[in-house]
Amino acid sequence: MTGFGDLRELYQEVIFDHNRRPRNFHALEDATHRADGHNPLCGDQLTVYARVEDGVVQDISFIGHGCAISTASASLMTEAVKGKPVEEVEALFHDMHAMLTESHPDRDFGKLEVLSGVREFPARVKCATLAWHTLHNAITQAQEIAKTE
Amino acid sequence: MNAPSHDTETVMELSVHAADFPILARPVHGKRLVYLDNGATTQKPQAVIDAEAAYYSESNANIHRGVHWLSQHSTDLYDRGRERVRRFLNAAQVEEIVFTRGTTEAINLVAASWGRSQLKAGDEILLSGMEHHSNIVPWQMVAEQRGAVIKVVPVTDSGELDMAAFAAMLNERTRFVGVCHVSNALGTVNPVEEIVRQAHSVGAVVLLDGAQAVAHQKVDVQALNCDICVFSGHKLYGPTGIGALYGRRELLDAMPPWQGGGDMIHTVSFERSTYAPTPQKFEAGTPNIAGVVGLEAAIAYVQEIGLERIAAHEDSLLQYAVQKLAAIPGLRFIGEAADRAAIASFVISGIHPHDLGTILDMEGVAIRAGHHCAMPLMTRYGVPGTARASFALYNSRDDVDVLVAALHKARRLFGLEDQSA
Repeated sequence: MTGFGDLRELYQEVIFDHNRRPRNFHALEDATHRADGHNPLCGDQLTVYARVEDGVVQDISFIGHGCAISTASASLMTEAVKGKPVEEVEALFHDMHAMLTESHPDRDFGKLEVLSGVREFPARVKCATLAWHTLHNAITQAQEIAKTE
Repeated sequence: MNAPSHDTETVMELSVHAADFPILARPVHGKRLVYLDNGATTQKPQAVIDAEAAYYSESNANIHRGVHWLSQHSTDLYDRGRERVRRFLNAAQVEEIVFTRGTTEAINLVAASWGRSQLKAGDEILLSGMEHHSNIVPWQMVAEQRGAVIKVVPVTDSGELDMAAFAAMLNERTRFVGVCHVSNALGTVNPVEEIVRQAHSVGAVVLLDGAQAVAHQKVDVQALNCDICVFSGHKLYGPTGIGALYGRRELLDAMPPWQGGGDMIHTVSFERSTYAPTPQKFEAGTPNIAGVVGLEAAIAYVQEIGLERIAAHEDSLLQYAVQKLAAIPGLRFIGEAADRAAIASFVISGIHPHDLGTILDMEGVAIRAGHHCAMPLMTRYGVPGTARASFALYNSRDDVDVLVAALHKARRLFGLEDQSA
């Protein structure tokens, strides 16, 4: 398949897969933490739920609506952090933020690597970071709704 | 979207004026720029760029100040701009034209001056459901201060104002009606003459938001009989940061100033100041003189081509675009009013408007993707936002063809069309 050029850097197959079939896409009844995220610029809106026990994110899910980048980022995020200690999730949040906005940190992002192409599309960075900011707010129990604007 | 009144081929030749706009010659992402975001702002012809540059090179001085020659010259240019706007809107008197930073500031002026001085608890402000945030939020601010109530005229599924509901909502408490002449999100041309007639029957003041109208059709404030009409220069091929407010003379005379400062006073002492007559009393401080000069050049440019020809060209282009876009599988128009101007707003099943915006951008096609500063309207249609292609006098059928090809490409990328196609 040819002819899509740089767009393929942004829209990789994994992104389409997670956009079409988002993982952990439901509310979490026994959540201990939740936060709402909203990007007023484009209208992306999501809620992240987490069940944190003994300092570990035992379960995580999200609901909402957004573009392919924000939906895939949220879906990939839930897969990446499920079962991880809160400190590790926080470290990943900071590294992801750096990867999407500054330069690529020296670590293995695994599947999340597919989101690195977003950095070349400044207008879309906030789509990719929304879910991560929202998760950060949820697990640090920040009271206000996460905003990427 | 009336039938073109000119021969289609002749009308389409208007796009030769693309050569007047230097920015259209610059490539974007290595592609020819296809600029279809004219509802957000239009590009500027060389004549406007030159007029602003010439003002600073040859004419710059503060107005209404010095006795020196240059100050008088600058004042003359400023006054000439006001007279040009008066003729453009066919206002009866030049004193009825107030310069502002744009539509938003003009509406804020009306809300702060007329609204705060006239509205009482229980008074009703009637706004259409298709208003831009700039014709909603200033009224919410003043309504909260004065205890007035905002009522919203519903919009039909096809994107027209529900005129039966409007008529039923008018009553003796209705003090103000705010409505866009042309909707920025839907393209709907509202029946403003009829709205004014009915609103006046209960004594309400009517403000027309002309931001999306004045570049696309002749707006005659005396024929429309509106009380206030506001617009921005930058959507009319002019500079940013300049716009104008038309207000009926008696209304403006009765309205208090909203900002204090130099140029808006008659006399000042520490005990009391008296104010200059309209329009100066609404223009505190040194105004955007270069902006007025640029706006004057923009109006002259549009008048030279002729608004009727521009309207016919854009109608023809919109009909062509609607026909081509309708053939794209999964495409749904948001706003299908019988009378539309220069705007096609749509969603495509399976692709978020923001993803469309990025993919089109990589093809050199600039559109607006989002809520168009009309969040209540997006909620009304149950969409997070739309993709909007909006046309200007320099657009061509070729531009529409590039747009349509890029939309097919987006569908292929998203796996919604055969990728070998």
